Amino acid sequence: MPEIHNMTMNFGPQHPAAHGVLRLVLEMDGEVIERADPHIGLLHRGTEKLAESKPYNQSIGYMDRLDYVSMMCNEHAYVLAIEKLLGVTPPIRARYIRVMFDEITRVLNHLMWLGAHGLDIGAMSMFLYCFREREDLMDVYEAVSGTRMHATYYRPGGVYRDLPAEMPAYQVTANRSKAEVKKINSNRRGSLLDFIADFTDRFPDRIDEYETLLTDNRIWKQRTVGIGVVSPERAIELGFTGPMLRGSGVEWDLRRKQPYEVYDQLDFAIPVGVNGDCYDRYLVRVEEMRQSNAIIRQCVDWLRNNPGPVIVDDHKLVPPRRETMKDDMESLIHHFKLFTEGYCVPPGEVYACVEHPKGEFGIYLVSDGANKPYRLKVRAPGFVHLSSLNEMVQGHMLADVVAVLGTQDIVFGEVDR
Amino acid sequence: MDTLINDLRERLGARIINDKLETGQVTIEVNAADLTEVCLILRDDEALAFNQLTDLCGVDYLSYGKADWETQDTTRTGFSRGVSQGVYIDTQDIENRFAVVYHLLSLQHNRRLRVRSFISGQPAKIASVTPIWAGANWFEREAFDLFGILFEEHPDLRRILTDYGFRGHPFRKDFPLEGNVEVRYDPEQGRVVYQPVTIKNRVLVPKTIRHDNRYAKPGQNHGG
Repeated sequence: MPEIHNMTMNFGPQHPAAHGVLRLVLEMDGEVIERADPHIGLLHRGTEKLAESKPYNQSIGYMDRLDYVSMMCNEHAYVLAIEKLLGVTPPIRARYIRVMFDEITRVLNHLMWLGAHGLDIGAMSMFLYCFREREDLMDVYEAVSGTRMHATYYRPGGVYRDLPAEMPAYQVTANRSKAEVKKINSNRRGSLLDFIADFTDRFPDRIDEYETLLTDNRIWKQRTVGIGVVSPERAIELGFTGPMLRGSGVEWDLRRKQPYEVYDQLDFAIPVGVNGDCYDRYLVRVEEMRQSNAIIRQCVDWLRNNPGPVIVDDHKLVPPRRETMKDDMESLIHHFKLFTEGYCVPPGEVYACVEHPKGEFGIYLVSDGANKPYRLKVRAPGFVHLSSLNEMVQGHMLADVVAVLGTQDIVFGEVDR
Repeated sequence: MDTLINDLRERLGARIINDKLETGQVTIEVNAADLTEVCLILRDDEALAFNQLTDLCGVDYLSYGKADWETQDTTRTGFSRGVSQGVYIDTQDIENRFAVVYHLLSLQHNRRLRVRSFISGQPAKIASVTPIWAGANWFEREAFDLFGILFEEHPDLRRILTDYGFRGHPFRKDFPLEGNVEVRYDPEQGRVVYQPVTIKNRVLVPKTIRHDNRYAKPGQNHGG
């Protein structure tokens, strides 16, 4: 009988199921994983070091590029950290706008996750379904910030500008007829808030569609039930946060436990799992989308009735309006100073975190009183989750590695930073 | 938060070198030698129960509080013409150059704590907390990779974010922002090769520290 050797297998870094650039060195016993050693850092850009050489506001754009499927939530943690050090509180309208966009971002992230996770383990059409709804939310991003992904919309002290009164609409082109344009523009006749409200009306039915495809699907359950089980105690020890922790049955959500912005005034539920396997984490995330939808709706209703400023009126921190610069020397000076030197932040250190779609996203900021951060540390949830991959896949089959990677919702922008 | 400081003082006593409350967050400073003992108390004591390590990171205090550009006497002397380096190269081994900062979370009591431990000596060495919080594993590898801090009794202290065979520790303040080497494809050798970096760092916005108390608030002192 021939002697059987363990095999070492290389997975990635260019592999569609690696969710970016992950290199996994797998030690296999037949088709069973004995040890998984993730090699990360192929997307390391040194964001934290780059931020040390730039005035505070110039790094907001870098935050979008960390977890590049939940852009505004990253910005949120960063501006919260600066605000805490400066002792600035944004106006109430800005806080509602931020919460609304955090939740829109959560839906964006979970849709991306659901589509990619489905695609990874064989549910082809999920990807197409999810991207249909993502498109609408991308348009919301674009309407408010001018870009579909890397918004750079939040600012210390508020948000860059108020919500537009008009939702951009499609134009007639060579391959899009007038009748067709009229049809797709039917929900774009009002303001941005009208468009978002229309989305929140439609979206619960769409989630039902996804669930029809997956929740009771025999193949889906075979691939996810009992895979990557983590006990609640172990999940806490390993530093899990967000849906990964809640999937194991620990009711921990920063929006509820340590509320920031206006989450304490909103009505929403925290779903938790029971078994701590991939299937429960799937259920948690799907329910989170429903809850986010409800939060978005509450914010829309509030924002419709409460106009007001969206950024603090302090020109040591926020540039003055462009019109005032034409005939006001003081405004011109403020503008010049802010866009060259920036503003100085008092010495000290702060840790600010938000309930990011992937877990707890934190920014640890050390300031020595300069116009640039002295040290910026990004606490990325994906980094912690990926570090436990070895433990989660041990004893599973090779194909389950992909299911576990998917359930961890890994994005390399934040893991490698 | 005051109760947290009292709880900590009661249980850790003289092992706390320094504590402070800043923007609603408690920071304690402990000796590197006491670290393991302190962490075990922080995790296991019922009244503290910091059962999760949220974050662990290194900080290099080499150029803390040093500005690129002196702005105090500008009205009298004017600005200097430019900034050559952007970083204060001072490779002298200063006392307490590196610190490791731990962010802890207690899910039971819903409170957070920051623990800082300065490391003296060359090379910088501190006890690993991976046996105490399993989640510390990769964070310590990262701090080793980026700052060169050694974590004793870490199960697997390898580089994590930088390239295979990378030299130096890039997040140290004396490591240039543009790096030391760059890669390009060499058509003759038919592979990717390393060569000394050809770009030069330009400091577009100098680091300035102003003591005009524009934002100063009472009770804030620096962290280092």
